[in-house]
Amino acid sequence: MKIIIIAWRNLWRKPWRTVITAGSIFFGVLLSTFMTSMQYGSYEAMINNVVKFYSGYMQIFTEEYHENKTINNTFIFSDSLKQIVDNESTITHYTERLEYFSLVSSENLTKGSVIIGIDPDSENKVTELKKWVSKGQYLKSDEDGVLVAVDLANYLKVGVGDSLILYGQGYHGVMAAGIYPIKGILEFPSPELNKQFIYMPLKTTQELFSAYDRITSLVIMIEDNYQLSRAMRNLKKEINSPFMVRSWEELQPELVQMIDGDKAGGLFMKTLLYIIITFGILGTILMMVSERKRELGVMIAIGMQRFTLSKILIAETFFIGLIGITAGLIFSVPMTYYYYLNPIPLVGDTAKTMIEMGIEPFMYFSIQPDIYYIQALVVMIITMLIAIYPFIKSFTLKLTTALKA
Amino acid sequence: MNVIEIKDLTKIYNTSEVKVKAVNGISIDFKEGEFTAVVGPSGSGKTTFLNMLGGLDKPTSGDVIIGGQNIWQLNSRKIIDFRMNNIGFVFQSYNLIPVLTAGENVEFIMQLQGKPKKEREKRTRELLEAVGIGDRIKSRPSKLSGGQQQRVAVARALASRPKFILADEPTANLDSSSTSSLLELMSQMNKKYNTTFIFATHDQRVMDKARRIITIEDGKILSDEHFDRK
Ligand SMILES: Nc1ncnc2c1ncn2[C@@H]1O[C@H](COP(=O)(O)OP(=O)(O)OP(=O)(O)O)[C@@H](O)[C@H]1O
Ligand SMILES: [Mg+2]
Repeated sequence: MKIIIIAWRNLWRKPWRTVITAGSIFFGVLLSTFMTSMQYGSYEAMINNVVKFYSGYMQIFTEEYHENKTINNTFIFSDSLKQIVDNESTITHYTERLEYFSLVSSENLTKGSVIIGIDPDSENKVTELKKWVSKGQYLKSDEDGVLVAVDLANYLKVGVGDSLILYGQGYHGVMAAGIYPIKGILEFPSPELNKQFIYMPLKTTQELFSAYDRITSLVIMIEDNYQLSRAMRNLKKEINSPFMVRSWEELQPELVQMIDGDKAGGLFMKTLLYIIITFGILGTILMMVSERKRELGVMIAIGMQRFTLSKILIAETFFIGLIGITAGLIFSVPMTYYYYLNPIPLVGDTAKTMIEMGIEPFMYFSIQPDIYYIQALVVMIITMLIAIYPFIKSFTLKLTTALKA
Repeated sequence: MNVIEIKDLTKIYNTSEVKVKAVNGISIDFKEGEFTAVVGPSGSGKTTFLNMLGGLDKPTSGDVIIGGQNIWQLNSRKIIDFRMNNIGFVFQSYNLIPVLTAGENVEFIMQLQGKPKKEREKRTRELLEAVGIGDRIKSRPSKLSGGQQQRVAVARALASRPKFILADEPTANLDSSSTSSLLELMSQMNKKYNTTFIFATHDQRVMDKARRIITIEDGKILSDEHFDRK
């Protein structure tokens, strides 16, 4: 009723002051949503990267394999396991892998390498492996043949069409040996990856290691990282010993640490920003109350309860916050959305580092809803904390002094 | 009939150096329909006295009894409601809520009282016409002259149908023509609605209009004179 009208009109007695105060909130919200959107965007890109390059969002393997990554600790992807993952609604895709160490020889050179047995089509949905084939062809599931990482191929002095001899130990100590044609060369953006990997169709790999039907891990994809905790919770209920499920966070703790470190840095910046804003609003509210002492005194004198008066002053504080937040979001939502759709291309060292990590060199933005509502909530809470001052003042204002003012 | 009964009213201010007896044992009654000036030199205790009988400043001792109610026995919330329903105020200046129009200022107090909208609007129009600014009902205080503002303040003070109206130097900031017209207005209202007016003043013209003049010095009543005026 009238209280809201009075509060609203009071705001516009000194329009510039209100605009400037709300403006500082506006810039605060804009800046912090922009910053957070950028942070989240880069995390999403990095997570996407590790998840897509290798680990998937989650993996299932045996407890023994977790302790000791040997071919003996592989398992058969049974129907009952299959049913569990098929029934979990958060899971969008999964693929089987069998990986083990082996020696690789060309005509007169030998090197140790990791052999990764994959279902070519299914794997491509996870890692988009096909995209890194720089020469030759991608694998077919029913055809023998290998993909070799480029540095490894160069070391062994081989190319598409040449053959590689793989030999090592198979399941339960059986001798593993085979000769396979090179179907393609893989060139990853990351030099690390280019040194060591050989990909083969799963069946061929199982035959090589005499690990028939066995896999080392099941790699699982979900919609996005925001589904992870739910997916993990659900799977952990179903997956029991001797199997276990691990998230990328558990498989890649360094990345988690890096993100947490960056988040802490961002939080520090945002805290500083909000402290500045807090003092800005506080200053305005202090002035608004002190220069109106007489008027407030008159209102109480003629019969307005102090509690009613406090509601007017709180509403004024609240409005300033609301105007700032609304304006901030009106700008930041479309802006971040635009950059979410059109990431900003990067150049220079940052770009180089990103390329090496296998991330395309862009400044990414995220549009997760919590980016916006958390900033809005924080500013609202700050505003309401500041409103404690006029609230208390309404009850402590001394009438005779106020009326003399 | 006594509207206000005051018994041995005292206010002592404890400043750091000295104790100031601003009001020093005043006992006096006010009757319905009075038009009374409280006069006295600066610092004699007029404002302190008016504030205590208006429920704005708590006495050190003594009683203020309004319509049978000892007001300083009420708690702080009840005393605000008591002021709203029983006492009208006209201060020296800046009486009005700046963001409300003249009409809204008058209506506001009735809104606090919970009066229905129809009644509020009717009475607002009636009062603003009575104080002679019916045509400025939609103007904000800043668009009105000092004299016009005081007229709105008088209308507002009357709006709640109080038992009496307290006015602490209502003409102090007005020029002489505004002063005499405001006085004329208050005396008209006093007669029209039979509302008791008590005002503190230095102003000789205000005193000339009063039918009773109470002179205070050093917090005590020096004289209490009644005059017959038409
Ligand atoms: N809050 C206060 N603290 C201390 N002393 C006060 C306070 N208010 C008033 N006094 C003192 O009480 C005495 C009476 O003051 P009061 O304001 O009632 O006088 P007044 O008659 O209204 O004067 P004026 O005509 O100047 O308005 C003065 O001596 C004043 O200094
Ligand atoms: Mg005074």
